[in-house]
Amino acid sequence: MTGITHTTALWYASRATGVVTMLLLTAVVVLGILVNRQGRLPGLPAFAVTGLHRNVSLLAVAFLVIHVVTAIVDPFVTIGLAAAALPFASAYKPFWLGLGAISLDLIAALILTSLARARIGRRAWRGIHWLAYAAWPLAILHSLGSSTGARSGLELSVLAGCVLATAAGLTWRLSHAARQVPRAGRAAAALREAPAREAMR
Amino acid sequence: MTGSLTLPYPPLAHGGPPPGTPGPGGMPRLLPESGAVPVDLASHLAGHCAFRFARGREDLLREAEAAGLTGRGGAAFPVARKLAAAAKARAAPVVVGNGAEGEPASRKDRSLLWISPHLVLDGLQLAAQLAGSRATVLYVQRNERLHARLAGAIAERAAAGIDAASVELVPAPDRFLAGEESALAGRLAGRPALPAYRPARGLPRLAPGRAALVQNVETLAHLALIARYGAAWFRTAGTAAEPGSMLVTLHLADGRASVAEVPLGVSMADLLGLDPGRARPAMAGPAGAAPAGAGPANAVIPSTAGPVQAVLVGGYHGAWLPAAEAARLPLANAALHPLGAAVGAGVLAALPAGRCGLAETARVARYLALESAGQCGPCFNGLPRIAVALERLAGPRPDRSARADLERWAGLVTGRGACHHPDGSVRFIRSALRVFAAEAALHEQGRCAGTDTRPFLPVPASAPASEEDWS
Amino acid sequence: MKKQLRVDPVACAGHGACAELLPELVMPDEWGYPIVAGQPVPRGLQREARRAVAACPALALALRRVA
Repeated sequence: MTGITHTTALWYASRATGVVTMLLLTAVVVLGILVNRQGRLPGLPAFAVTGLHRNVSLLAVAFLVIHVVTAIVDPFVTIGLAAAALPFASAYKPFWLGLGAISLDLIAALILTSLARARIGRRAWRGIHWLAYAAWPLAILHSLGSSTGARSGLELSVLAGCVLATAAGLTWRLSHAARQVPRAGRAAAALREAPAREAMR
Repeated sequence: MTGSLTLPYPPLAHGGPPPGTPGPGGMPRLLPESGAVPVDLASHLAGHCAFRFARGREDLLREAEAAGLTGRGGAAFPVARKLAAAAKARAAPVVVGNGAEGEPASRKDRSLLWISPHLVLDGLQLAAQLAGSRATVLYVQRNERLHARLAGAIAERAAAGIDAASVELVPAPDRFLAGEESALAGRLAGRPALPAYRPARGLPRLAPGRAALVQNVETLAHLALIARYGAAWFRTAGTAAEPGSMLVTLHLADGRASVAEVPLGVSMADLLGLDPGRARPAMAGPAGAAPAGAGPANAVIPSTAGPVQAVLVGGYHGAWLPAAEAARLPLANAALHPLGAAVGAGVLAALPAGRCGLAETARVARYLALESAGQCGPCFNGLPRIAVALERLAGPRPDRSARADLERWAGLVTGRGACHHPDGSVRFIRSALRVFAAEAALHEQGRCAGTDTRPFLPVPASAPASEEDWS
Repeated sequence: MKKQLRVDPVACAGHGACAELLPELVMPDEWGYPIVAGQPVPRGLQREARRAVAACPALALALRRVA
C-alpha cells in the first residue's frame, strides 16, 4: 500500500507543528499578560514586549496553518477541510478536534480584530481580545485529547510546561487585579502617598 | 447638605443696595417678587403671558440669538449656537436640563428649581421644540425633597396637558464633576457620571447616533422668558456685550449665604456690601512688622458683613481677587477676563480678614483632588500632590521645595486630562498663590496673619470611595 | 496634510511605548504618562508617528488632522 511513509511524515508533521503551535500560543498569552502588567523583558524596551507579543502570535498562526493543513491532507485520518473551522465536523475524534476548531475560530477572530484594531475601535477590540482566555485552554484540551495512544513523555512535559507558564502568568495577573486600587480610589491613594506635611521645626 | 435644601431668596437683609437695576421690568425676573415662596403651576400661568416669540422654531432661534443669551452653567457658551446645532442634528437629540450643580459653593440652581420649576420646565419644552425632540431629561442632584417637588410639578403639567415632550427626572450623583457635559451623558447612558475624552467638539453623545442638547436649568428659565417677552426685553438688563440677568450665590464675610438675581455688569461691591472708600491696610500678623519682599498685603475692605481681604469669583474653578480690586469691578467677563477670572456660575465669596487664605484654598484643593474622576494619570497623580504641597505652604515654615514642586505639577496637569478639572483647579490655586503672596511670606517665617481657623468656604465632608458614589 | 499627535488620557495607562518610539515628539512625565508636543508632526517623522500609534497597547495614541 502506497503512502505509508507519506502518511507517517504528514502525521508527524502535524503533531510536531501542533506542539510548536501550543508552545507559541502559550508564549503569546504570557507575553500578553506581560504587556498588560507593563512588565519588561531584560534588555528590551517596552515597545518590544508588545512587538514580541504580536509577532509571536503571527508565528503561531503560521504554525497553526501548517498543523491544520498537514492534518487534513493526511489520508490516514479523515478530517475534512470544513472540520478545521467547523467544530465537531471531523470524522476522526470529532470532539477533541472540534475543540481545536473552536480554538482556531477564536484565534482567527483575535488576529483579524487586532489587525483592524484602529478601525473597529477600542471597546470592540478589547471585548474580543478577552476570548484569548478561552482560546488557549481549548487548545490545551485539544492537544491532550487528540494525541494518539502512545504519547511521548517529551510531548507531555512540553504541555505541562505550557500549563505551568500560563498558570503562573494568570496568578500574577489576578493577584494584581485583586490588589489594584479601583478607579474611584486612585486620587485618594495618591493623596496618601504624597509626601506628608513636614514636621514643625 | 441633604437636609437644608436651599437658602432664602434674599430680601436685602444685609441692607445693601438692591441687587437689581430699576428699569422696564426690573428685577427679579426668574424668581418671584415674593421671595422664596415656591411658585405653583396656577400662579406661574397667571403670572406670565403666552409664548409670543415662539410661534415657530426659526422664531425662537432668532429671538434667542438676538437676545445674546449665553449659558448660565459657567461656560457662557452662546445658547443660540448650541440650539442651532441641535436643530441641525440628524437624529433629534435628547434635551437635558442640567441641574446637577456640583459646585458646593453654588446654590442657585437648586433655588431656582425649588422656587420656579415651571420656568425651567417651560424652557425644557421650548428647547425640545427647537431640537425636534419628544424626550427631555431633568438632571438634578440627589435630594429627596427637591425631587419630590419637581416630580409633582412635572405631574401637574402632564395633567394639564401642557407639555409636548416627556420629562424624565434623573438623579445626579453628588460629585463636583457630575454636571460636566460628557459625565452627564455617561450617566444618562446608564454608566457612572465620569467625563469622557472628546476629541471632536459638538453635542455630547449618549451612544452612537444619540446626542444630547445640554443646557443649565437657569439658561432654560431665561429662554422661557425670552420666548414670552422677547429679545429686546431681555437686553434691558445687563451690558451690551453680556446682556440679561443671572442668579448669583453670595457668601458674605459673616458666613451668611444667599441667592440673588442680578443684572450682568452689576458692581461686585454692591453685591457683597463692600465699602472701598474706607479701605485699611492689612494687618501683618501678631508680630507687627510687614514681611519683606512679598509685596503689600491685601488692603482690608470693610463691608456690611465685616472686613474682607479677598473675593473668590466664579467658584472652585474660578479665581481669587484682592478685595480692593474686586470692589472696583463689575460682575462681567469683559472686566474679569483680563485679570484671569470669569463670572462662571456666579459664585462670589468674600473672605473675611481674620482667615488664612492659603489654608482655605488648601482645604478646597484637597476636595478638588479627591473629586478627580481617577481616569487620567496626570490628574489623579498631579492634583493630590498639588493639594499636599499647598497644605505644606499653608503650614508653618514650609520646606523650600513645596512651591517649586507645586508649580511643576501645575504645569504637568494643565491640559492633560479629558476634562477641564485639572485646568480649573490649577487656575484657582495659582490665583491663591498670587493674591495671598504676603501670607505665604509670613508662613515662611513661621507666622500667619490668620487668627480664625474655622473653615469658611463650604466643602463637603465625605469623599467618594466607590463606583457607586459616581452613579 | 498636517497631522497632530493626540493622546486619549482616559485610555492611556502609561505603557510608554510611544515615548520610546518617538522621543522627538513624546516625553514621559514623572508618572510615566506621555507629554505630546503640540505642533504638527514633521514630514520626516510621520512614519515613526504611525508606528507609535500602532504600537500603543491601549490604542490611546492617535494622529489627527490639524483642525
